[in-house]
Amino acid sequence: MFSWLVWRDLILAWRRRADVLATVFFFIIVTSLFPLGIGPERETLKTIAPGVVWVAALLASMLSLGRIFGNDYQDGTLEQLVLTPQPTYLVVLAKVLAHWIVSELPLVVIAPVLGLQFGLSENSLVIVIASLLLGTPVLSVIGSIGAALTLGLRAANVLVALLVLPLYIPVLIFGSGAVQASLTGASPQAWLLLLAATLVVSLVFAPWATSAALKISVE
Amino acid sequence: MSNRRINWYKYAAPANFYPRAGKIIPFFAVPAVILFIVGMYVGFFVAPTDFQQGESYRILFIHVPAAWMGMFLYVMLAIYAGIGWAFNARLASMMAQAIAPTGAIFTFISLVTGSLWGRPAWGVWWVWDARLTSTLILMFLYIGFISLQSSIDDVRRADRAGAVLALVGVINVPIIYFSVQWWNSLHQGATISKNSFKMAPSMAAAMFLLLGACWLYSIAVVLVRLRYIIREREQEAPWLAEVAA
Amino acid sequence: MLEAINVTCVRGTRRLFKDLNFAVARGELIELRGPNGSGKTSLLRILCGLATPAAGDVLWDGTNIRSLGEEYSASVAYLGHQNAVKDELTAIENLRISSGVAGHALDKGEAQRVLAQVGLTQQQNLPARVLSAGQRRRLAMTRLLTANATLWILDEVLTSLDQAAMGLSRDFMTEHLKNGGAAIVATHQDLNLTASSVKRLQLS
Repeated sequence: MFSWLVWRDLILAWRRRADVLATVFFFIIVTSLFPLGIGPERETLKTIAPGVVWVAALLASMLSLGRIFGNDYQDGTLEQLVLTPQPTYLVVLAKVLAHWIVSELPLVVIAPVLGLQFGLSENSLVIVIASLLLGTPVLSVIGSIGAALTLGLRAANVLVALLVLPLYIPVLIFGSGAVQASLTGASPQAWLLLLAATLVVSLVFAPWATSAALKISVE
Repeated sequence: MSNRRINWYKYAAPANFYPRAGKIIPFFAVPAVILFIVGMYVGFFVAPTDFQQGESYRILFIHVPAAWMGMFLYVMLAIYAGIGWAFNARLASMMAQAIAPTGAIFTFISLVTGSLWGRPAWGVWWVWDARLTSTLILMFLYIGFISLQSSIDDVRRADRAGAVLALVGVINVPIIYFSVQWWNSLHQGATISKNSFKMAPSMAAAMFLLLGACWLYSIAVVLVRLRYIIREREQEAPWLAEVAA
Repeated sequence: MLEAINVTCVRGTRRLFKDLNFAVARGELIELRGPNGSGKTSLLRILCGLATPAAGDVLWDGTNIRSLGEEYSASVAYLGHQNAVKDELTAIENLRISSGVAGHALDKGEAQRVLAQVGLTQQQNLPARVLSAGQRRRLAMTRLLTANATLWILDEVLTSLDQAAMGLSRDFMTEHLKNGGAAIVATHQDLNLTASSVKRLQLS
C-alpha cells in the first residue's frame, strides 16, 4: 500500500511538473530579491544568507502544502484513502514522503547554488545542504497537519500559513543556526543534532495529528 | 448502551449550565473589579519607587499578570478543547472557544506593556528578548486557533479541528520556548531579567492582587462569552425558549 | 450483519434523522430512498465509518464499527458521489494504482480483464481526463469488483450511466448478493433487481 501510494504521488507530480517547478522558482526568486533589497556588500550578504535561505525554504514549502491533500480531497480519493484497510497514519507518512521528494528535495538541491550568490564558502554550503536535508522533512510533516486541518476551507492558503509558520520556528532557528555557526567557524554539530532530534520526534507524532485532522476534515 | 447515557448527559449539560452560569457570573465579576481597584491603588500609590528603574517599573504590575494569564489560558484552552474532542463533550469545546479571545487579549496586553516598559528600560520599543519573542509566538498561536475556528462553518468540525491545533500547539510551546531561548543566548540578545529587582512587600501585594483580579475577570468574561456561544449554537433547542420565557 | 441502532444525524443545527433502526443480512440489499437533503449521503457516510453519528451505534457482526476500525474498512467498499478517479492517470493506471493502494494489487492482465467487464477495453490507455462522465463512473465501479468486500455502500450509483451500464451495474449487484454479499444503495431511480431480496428504507 505504502509504496503504491508514494509511487502514485510521484507519477502525478511528474505529470503536473509545472506546479513543482513553480515552487522551485519561487524559492530562487525570493532569495534573489534580498541582495537587491539590501545591497551587494559581501559581508552583509554573508551574514543574512543563513536566515534568507531558510526563510525562503520555509515559504516555498508552505506554498506547496495545499497540494499534499488538496487534489485528493477534491476528487474524492481522500475518502477512499481514509477507508483503506491500513492505518491512516501510514497513508499520511506515504503522502508526506512523496511531498518531500517532490517539493522539498529540489529546494535542497538548488540551495547551494543560491548560497553561491551570497558568497558562502564550500564548507558552509555543505552545512546548508545538511541542515536542509534534516529540516525539510520536518516542514513537510508538520505542514501536513495544517494542510489537513484547512482542507476545503475558504482562504485555506492564507490560513495554512497562520497555523503552520509558528510551528516552523524551531526548525528555522536550528537550521539557520547551523549555517551561521559554520560561517563563524564554530561547530554546527549541536544544531544539526537538534534538527535530527526534531525530525525524529515530529516523524513519530505529527502523522498521528495529521490523520486525526484528516478524519475530521473528510467527515 | 453506556454510550447513550453519555449522549444524554451531553445533551443536558448546556441546558443545566446556562442558567447556573448566569447566576454565578456576578460572584466573579464583582470581586474582580474590587481586586483591580485595590491592586491598582497599592501598585501606583503605596508601592515605593524602585531605585533602579524609577516609576516605570509599575507597568510590570499589569505586564506580569497578563503574561501569566496569556500562557495559562492557552493551556486551559488546549485542555478543554482536548476534553471536548476526546469525550464528545460539547460544553468543553464551547469553553475552549470562549477562552481563546480572552487569552489572546491578555497576551496582547503583555506584549504592549512589555514594549512600553522596554522603552525606558532598554531605550527601544522592541527587543528580541527570549520572553517577549515567545509571547509573540504565543500570540500567533492564539490567532491561528481563532482564525481556524472562525473559518469553519460546521460547528462540530470547528471544535475538533481547533482541538487538534490547540494540542499540537501546546506540545510545541515548550519546544518553541526552548529554541527561542537558545537562539537568544547564542546571539547575545538583551535578556534582561525582569524579576531581578528586589520586591518590597507592597509590590508583591499589588502583583498578587492584580493577578487575582485577572483570574476572576477571566472566569467572569469567559462565562459570559460561553453563554452567548450556547445561545448561538442551541438556537433550536426547546430548553432555550423555556429559559427565555 | 450490519446493524444500525438509534442512529441520529445532525448537520449544523439541523437534525436530518433521528433514531433510525435497521439491519442488513448477507444476500440482502437496502434501497435507500428520500428527497434531496433528507440525509441519504450522510447516512451512507456514517455507515461506512467516514462520519460519526450524533447519537446511536453502527454494529458489524455485533461489534461497534468504531472499535473495529481498519478491520471494518476491509469488509466495505464505498462508492460516493465523487469517482475518486485521477485525471492525470490512464484508466488502467487508475485501476491498478487504486487497488494497489487498497492492498490488493493487480497485474496487467487482471486489470485488463476487470476493465473489459465494465466495457472500457478501448479506453484503457486514455487519460481519465478525456473520459466521459459515464465512463468515469464505470471506472469507479471497478473498485467494487476488485475490492472483494462483503458490504457495498453505493451513493447514486446509476447517475450518468447509460442503459447498458445500468444493466451492467444491476448485474454486478445481483451477482454480489448471490455470492452472499450485502449492499446499501441510495438512489432516485428504481433498481429493478428481480432475483434478490430488496428492502426499502425511506428517509423523509
